[in-house]
Amino acid sequence: MKHVTLEGISKSYDSTKAVDEVHFNVEQGELFGLIGPDGAGKTTLFRILTTLILPDAGRAFVNGHHVVKDYKKIRKEVGYMPGKFSLYQDLTVEENLSFFASIFNTTIRENYELVKDIYVQIEPFKDRRAGKLSGGMKQKLALCCALIHRPVVLFLDEPTTGVDAVSRREFWEMLKSLKKQGITILVSTPYMDEADLCEKIALIQSGNIMTVDTPERIVSDFPDPVYAVQSDNMSRLLRELRGSDQVKSANAFGEFHHITFSGGTESMDRFLKGLREPMLIKSISPTIEDCFIHLMAAHD
Amino acid sequence: MKTLIFLLEKEFHQIFRNAIILRMIILMPVIQLIVLPLAADFEIKDIKLVVVDQDRSSYARDLINKITSSGYFKLVDCIISTEQGLEYIESDEADVVLEVPPRFERDLIRERQQEVYLYINAINGTKANVGGAYLSQVIHDFNGEIRAEWRPLPSQRSSPKIEIVSNNWFNPLLNYRVFMVPGILVLLVTMIGSFMTALNIVKEKEVGTIEQINVTPIKRHHFVLGKLIPFWVIGMFVFSIGLLIVARFLYGIVPVGNLLLLYGYLALYLVAILGVGLLVSTYSQTQQQSMSLVFFIMMIFILMSGLFSSLESMPPWAQVMARVNPVTYFIEVMRMVVMKGSEFKHISSHFLVMIGFALLSNFWAVFNYRKTN
Repeated sequence: MKHVTLEGISKSYDSTKAVDEVHFNVEQGELFGLIGPDGAGKTTLFRILTTLILPDAGRAFVNGHHVVKDYKKIRKEVGYMPGKFSLYQDLTVEENLSFFASIFNTTIRENYELVKDIYVQIEPFKDRRAGKLSGGMKQKLALCCALIHRPVVLFLDEPTTGVDAVSRREFWEMLKSLKKQGITILVSTPYMDEADLCEKIALIQSGNIMTVDTPERIVSDFPDPVYAVQSDNMSRLLRELRGSDQVKSANAFGEFHHITFSGGTESMDRFLKGLREPMLIKSISPTIEDCFIHLMAAHD
Repeated sequence: MKTLIFLLEKEFHQIFRNAIILRMIILMPVIQLIVLPLAADFEIKDIKLVVVDQDRSSYARDLINKITSSGYFKLVDCIISTEQGLEYIESDEADVVLEVPPRFERDLIRERQQEVYLYINAINGTKANVGGAYLSQVIHDFNGEIRAEWRPLPSQRSSPKIEIVSNNWFNPLLNYRVFMVPGILVLLVTMIGSFMTALNIVKEKEVGTIEQINVTPIKRHHFVLGKLIPFWVIGMFVFSIGLLIVARFLYGIVPVGNLLLLYGYLALYLVAILGVGLLVSTYSQTQQQSMSLVFFIMMIFILMSGLFSSLESMPPWAQVMARVNPVTYFIEVMRMVVMKGSEFKHISSHFLVMIGFALLSNFWAVFNYRKTN
């Protein structure tokens, strides 16, 4: 069953198109990632789905409810965690949680089971004001508050931005266990390496969805073999790679450059022969980022 | 209904946790009511007087003695040249220069009339006005005295004279504070009501908490009521401290009229003024913006309310502005009920106008709130 449906959703701010005819579906109980750089339109999509703003065109449904006509029903059934910490900094951890429970007509005790795993980590600080918590703690509290009314669909807007690596990993673990409870989760992130943690992802760039699929299938759809190369002078190497006719694409990825060749192994041989200095080259399987860059170039 | 209670609970939690706001609520009325009435005292004393006495006669001396003994004037210097007198005004060492011309006494006796000259420093308009008026009054009295002196006794009956004896109603001693304190109380609740509401709502926008609230089933009117009710209560509380404690025990002001009537009007007024705060919050995105906007509106409201200057002496366009200003009406009601003991029938039109203001500000705010969302 489809839990979230978008049909041709568009939204502009003044003359800038934030999202442009977006279509995708999210199945019930899916952990769905919306992946794209800052300014791609992720937050706009989330704000439309959580009924905070109205789309200019198109239709969208959350748990079967129309986002414009049935916004009241949606507000009862979804949980939303904005990208910016949006709880009351001057209320304590416990006060925040019980406030959000009470406005949904429930109590902490009633849904304690759902948030227990997360809440126990911040419970020692329950009398501390939310503003005085560390970044990772704030994140956990915000997640608890978004979950306390047992939402059917959970929207998490860049939950891991600005969070340290350990907390990020912990956060994804929490999402996986929530998924087991049957909650449909939409999460947005600018980090490509988090794509593999989702069941299904949509790659978004400049308001356009470039592809929607499982991470595995997106990777296997990558048309060319990818190689990682390394040399003593990486920037000179990159210039050389980009200047060569044999090289189709060359992008810097930390320690390595990822490249593809325009004419298969033949061009690789030709390129390697023409090399002036030693270079380490190895065959790798493409990452989501490779796919993203590839799709971006194809879209332009 | 239950949602509203939870919202109020949260709101009061936050207000009572904010040490600065809490102190403001208690201390602001007390301090403002102690300081402002003392400072806003328009009684003019110690007018600096320089006398240019070019006559040096006994009449001139009598006049000067009479002026200085009135208690309003402080004799700075007694000189001969007019130029020197004007220098005193230029250096702001004198407020008024009185020039007694040469042959004052001789011409007065011989020609039965003489002139004295007044030079008034009008940089401070009030002081110039009042000082000039006092001085004219004293000279007028002096004139009367010498006329009586010259007149042969029996003819006293033949010249009829009207003497004015005035009686100041509602404030017999013309005590300035009795007049100012009720007005300043209005100023207090106005500031608290408008600033706190506007800031509080915009804070939710600025911090982003409104985002989280908007995704919940909280209804808009619940949210707005949850914001208005706490400040309505605080406004009532602050007013009570001011009226029932500070005004009563420090200034001895006990309202002549009905307290319930006064509170009834306050309750309505607060709704109107909180509506202004709400309206400002719908137009601003940051606390800084809302602060500037409320400040601008409140400056005009307060300066054009007849608190410091009398409405009747304003130019017609300013009187029109004062009439579209809720603060004006509450100050009038305060003074009428506290000083005069006016009853409902005397201020029923004020009630009607305030109902209009309350409806206008709140509906405008709600309308605008809807549009931006």
